[in-house]
Amino acid sequence: MRPGSAPTATLTPTLSQGEREEYRHMLLQRLQNSRNALGLLFMLPAGVLLLLFLTYPLGLGTWLGFTDTKIGRGGQWIGLENYAFLWNDSVTRLSLFNTLFYTAVASVIKFALGLWLAVLLNARIPFKTFFRTVILLPYIVPTALSAIAFWWIYDSQFSIISWVLMRLGFIDKYIDFLGDPWNARFSTIAANVWRGVPFVAITLLAGLQTISPSLYEAAAIDGASGWQRFRHITLPLLTPIIAVVMTFSVLFTFTDFQLIYVLTRGGPLNATHLMATLSFQRAIGGGALGEGAAIAIAMVPFLLAAILFSYFGLQRRAWQQGGSDA
Amino acid sequence: MKDGDNDTQGMGYLDTLTRRSITLYLPLAIFVFVLLFPFYWMTITAFKPDAELLSREGNPFWVVAPTLAHFKKLLFQTSYPEWLWNTVFVSVIATFASIVASVLAAYAIERLRFSGARQVGLSIFLAYLVPPSILFIPLAAIVFQLGLFDTRWALILTYPTFLIPFSTWLLMGYFRTIPYELEECALIDGATRWQILRKIVLPLAVPGLISAGIFAFTLSWNEFIYALTFVSSSEVKTVPVGVVTELVEGDVYHWGALMAGALFGSLPVAVIYSFFVEYYVSGLTGAVKE
Repeated sequence: MRPGSAPTATLTPTLSQGEREEYRHMLLQRLQNSRNALGLLFMLPAGVLLLLFLTYPLGLGTWLGFTDTKIGRGGQWIGLENYAFLWNDSVTRLSLFNTLFYTAVASVIKFALGLWLAVLLNARIPFKTFFRTVILLPYIVPTALSAIAFWWIYDSQFSIISWVLMRLGFIDKYIDFLGDPWNARFSTIAANVWRGVPFVAITLLAGLQTISPSLYEAAAIDGASGWQRFRHITLPLLTPIIAVVMTFSVLFTFTDFQLIYVLTRGGPLNATHLMATLSFQRAIGGGALGEGAAIAIAMVPFLLAAILFSYFGLQRRAWQQGGSDA
Repeated sequence: MKDGDNDTQGMGYLDTLTRRSITLYLPLAIFVFVLLFPFYWMTITAFKPDAELLSREGNPFWVVAPTLAHFKKLLFQTSYPEWLWNTVFVSVIATFASIVASVLAAYAIERLRFSGARQVGLSIFLAYLVPPSILFIPLAAIVFQLGLFDTRWALILTYPTFLIPFSTWLLMGYFRTIPYELEECALIDGATRWQILRKIVLPLAVPGLISAGIFAFTLSWNEFIYALTFVSSSEVKTVPVGVVTELVEGDVYHWGALMAGALFGSLPVAVIYSFFVEYYVSGLTGAVKE
């Protein structure tokens, strides 16, 4: 007989108290050892929270993007109107350009500097643990707060960078870091790189430490130069982890919000508006929830492209190196 | 770069000290300087009296007459203490709830292997890749509908959306390293799954729990966009949002107080992190290495 609610209901009247207890005990035991029932039970808290506050909003956001919802007023289905409007909106186009530029430049610099720093940290140096600890600091403190420090460093009148450059005689008036479009773009990128390099460096360092020193020894005996060893041993063996780290880095740079919000709020002349900050401005500042959601949803294809690119790149690598299908 | 490689294979002694200095120590020193300078600048500004802050004379890298005035202003004339309390409250509860949910989920996916566990594991990983900046608008609508707008619960309930995927993924990796034989023995001895999880798996996964806990705590402490969107009254704000939205008044920036606020809000995570560096790093790299 299968344990279930139906038999219990029909059988209970004929069972004595003791038998019923025993039967319930058996049911409980069955439940405790049934993988599916128990699995469902264990998945419940995480599943409910994620379905309610992640999956559902993702769907709701997509739907909102097709409506003209405003704050405090339900919206009507308007099809692709939001997207059509945004496509012709010069600010949105500029924000798309800014986002791509910001992501591309910051990611490339983060990768190059991060890899360099990882290689430096992998060397035999004194106080290695100490270095590793302090280098991660920019990554762990609240970005909004370190962005405030950058705001002060970039101040048009009291910037310490300008002060030093002035003393050294490189410039004759203070640099307007955040007031000029291109200056602002590069200043925000610099702050983003500052925050992101530690993450790239520490994760790549973990990858470097898994490479066996004997490979380098063998290559050195064969007369490979330092660069050749880096190019033909370090890089290929590091590729899988590079792909993962850079996917994360690209994803979080593309959707960056706090740094821009604190440093420039998208200005000057929308020159640093990213899609995330623009969607916040339109949806929360301007009350156009539908339009803001459309901007946010428009980021999804780019994110998917980045993920797929890294996923398939990774698989090819694994296959080339003789791994089974990852 | 080349010399870094040299050293990994234990032939660093072949390099001369000068070469090592130029290719290794100098770049490293520059990295450390640049990465730490904003913190130094934050600290020194927080202790500078306004007169020194706004003067272009003298050495800006040092403070002549340090003052606690900015901290005093922060603690007694702003809602900063309340923000600090809110941040602690929200972070602790969100972290604790997420870890409990993640332990159960990770154990179910990794060890109960219910049908569809693989797919669920994969979707947890995908959930980890969903950035908050595409969720905050619909989430704001949901928070509003649930009547949670402008309460701490809005944050406590939404933070798990990025904490659970991360912690579950990390804990799955830890559970995988625990020998299955231990569980089999316990099963044969008549232990229930719940007893196995509590008495065998969890004690062995303590390092993983600490990693996930520390990481989740810093993530919630640092969260910005949800806290900015779902909360509007000063008394429910968290530190990052409070400092950014309320300490900036008009055109006159109180740099001293701002920096004191930034420093004070960064210190707790920095201190916790420095006690658990190894756990934090293994959490960071474990999640990436899969």
